Amino acid sequence: MKTLERLNVEKELCKGCGICVAFCPKNVLEIKDDKVVIKDLDSCIQCGQCELRCPDYAIYLGGK
Amino acid sequence: MPSQLVEKYYRTESLPHIWCPGCGNGIVTRAIVKAIDNIGLNQNDVCIVSGIGCSSRASGYLDFNTIHTTHGRALAFATGIKFANPKLHVIVITGDGDCAAIGGNHLIHAARRNIDITTIVFNNNIYGMTGGQYSPTTPTGDKGTTAPYGNIDANFDLCDLAKAAGATYVSRATVYGTNMIIKQVEEGIKNRGFSFIETLTTCPTYYGRKNKKGDAVEMMMNLRDITINKAAYEKLSEEKREGKIIIGELYRGKRPEYTNEYNKIMESF
Repeated sequence: MKTLERLNVEKELCKGCGICVAFCPKNVLEIKDDKVVIKDLDSCIQCGQCELRCPDYAIYLGGK
Repeated sequence: MPSQLVEKYYRTESLPHIWCPGCGNGIVTRAIVKAIDNIGLNQNDVCIVSGIGCSSRASGYLDFNTIHTTHGRALAFATGIKFANPKLHVIVITGDGDCAAIGGNHLIHAARRNIDITTIVFNNNIYGMTGGQYSPTTPTGDKGTTAPYGNIDANFDLCDLAKAAGATYVSRATVYGTNMIIKQVEEGIKNRGFSFIETLTTCPTYYGRKNKKGDAVEMMMNLRDITINKAAYEKLSEEKREGKIIIGELYRGKRPEYTNEYNKIMESF
């Protein structure tokens, strides 16, 4: 599938709660040094589950 | 740069917000904004009113007409705003302590009048901002800093209360089922009358820690496990219903709206 939207992380906003990591169905994310990092972008299916539940608006789909 | 949605509807210069890591308030706030975006309301036609408490900080982060009022009085201020300008979409953001304890009387009378206000309660079962005191929605037996041996009070069912008082749209959702919040806020805004939406949210810092409920993720999973959709609940046997919280659209009624009735009187002169 062609990537339509890119997964973005806004590190300054992340508080490392781990909700996005838990809800990601493809295991794309992980917490490193109390912040979220993308460990496997190729697996991302752009479902938006992380963006929907990120309480800090630190992760989102957008751009090309 | 944050997402387009956040960029458009938030005062991004005040982010990151004050809420603790894993607090569900940010999730509910985004859901409200998403609902407003889905309906396509103009930001200038929306007024967000909030009281005091963790949840009520939301108004400061949102780029609409916003007002951060006194404790429990968000609905009283909102009633005045709606009266002064009935064309505004007035949305009240309040917490369980703000809405059910000090503001309980305002809640029942706003519902009784069926004034066109959409109220969203961020119910985290505790007073978070002041240090974890038990609130009217802390479940019986659960702990707070002021209930170290367990709360002996019966907890309020806020949806039942709002329905009994006369609200014409009543629903409940959780931060686990975020899309349900978005849908319900849309319905609430569209309803011409008093809409009451209770969102069950997480307070890992106080309610979670005091009651050994785990971290934010565990608390969200717990919300998934203890809640059940209305249709599914009705099919359950009496024993299995024990301890379940019903979510979904709980009530929809039809009654005259308050500002409409008031205008009729004014036009009769």
